[in-house]
Amino acid sequence: MARRSAPEINAGSMADIAFLLLIFFLVTTTIEKDRGLVRALPPEQPENVEPPIIKEKNLFVVIINNEEELLVEDKPMEMKDLQEAAIAFLDNGGIPNGQEGYCDYCQGERDPSSSDNPDKAIVTVKSLRESSYESFITVQNELVGAYNFLRDRESQRLYGWKYTEVSKSIDEGTFKGDEEATEEKLDIIKDMYPQKLSEVDPNN
Amino acid sequence: MSKFRKGAAKELPAVNTASLPDIVFMLLFFFMVATVLRKNDVKVAQILPAADQTEKLLKDRSVYIFAGKPGEGYKQFGTEGKIQIGDKFVDVNEVQPAILEEREKLRDELKDRVMVAFKVDKETNSGLVYDVKQELRQANLLKVIYITTQTDDAVKQ
Repeated sequence: MARRSAPEINAGSMADIAFLLLIFFLVTTTIEKDRGLVRALPPEQPENVEPPIIKEKNLFVVIINNEEELLVEDKPMEMKDLQEAAIAFLDNGGIPNGQEGYCDYCQGERDPSSSDNPDKAIVTVKSLRESSYESFITVQNELVGAYNFLRDRESQRLYGWKYTEVSKSIDEGTFKGDEEATEEKLDIIKDMYPQKLSEVDPNN
Repeated sequence: MSKFRKGAAKELPAVNTASLPDIVFMLLFFFMVATVLRKNDVKVAQILPAADQTEKLLKDRSVYIFAGKPGEGYKQFGTEGKIQIGDKFVDVNEVQPAILEEREKLRDELKDRVMVAFKVDKETNSGLVYDVKQELRQANLLKVIYITTQTDDAVKQ
């Protein structure tokens, strides 16, 4: 009898099996890409320490009530106007030229009844207990937006690039060039407009 | 001449599918690697608010806190906003131990740089979130990130 050669294994159904697995993983995959607003909480205050006294004019008070309405500096305000008002407050630079604390890069109104300089200016948010988290986030977002706007403007003026774009590219590792020197520049910009955002106890 | 005519009359050869499994396997491996099987089952409603000034979350150094109304299938817990850490509901005064326990799951060198990620439903009362933040201050976990969805302009929404 003639010797038969071993039959080849039929690999035709291999693709089907692989497809089956592929579809399973396709369906179960959730490629997570969480993004959000980064904030730093203030450290716990010891009981016996007196809080420093802050001048009324250096405070920018935003209150959110239970109906999601805003009260900014004792006046009702629409959400869309908040960012502009915050920019005007932070960029005011109320100390006159020649005196200590004069802000030489501010482009604001220089109104003596508003904030002294960006370093002294503090934004405080008070959201009442029953107000929605969404309104709280929107307010935070607008205020961070105000800081980012001013930082972008100054970095554009001094170095010719935008603060938010460069810090984003460094975070994502796509930045090309001298990272260390750029980080230093970012810190300079950060110090020009330090983020001083506080939250007030909603219970009182 | 007749030789050529003979060749043209031959049947069209079938497309070779021998490399199809290879291609499919390549895709399969990609999705297998990219897949994250969800570790914790989120028991609260999760419609996140929108924002436009967002930064990327560093996943390897974050612990999650979920909050919101109890979601589908967990209605027996009422309709009040609840806090979930890991895969269980916690009260405000249990936040500290629960979050420190979650932190133990991170890599050693990243434990000091831990970031607390808030995934909170947009209809939650901000008072609840405030209480959690007070607890975090006491535990000295000061870096927080509020996870949001990305939009171009948050106010117009």
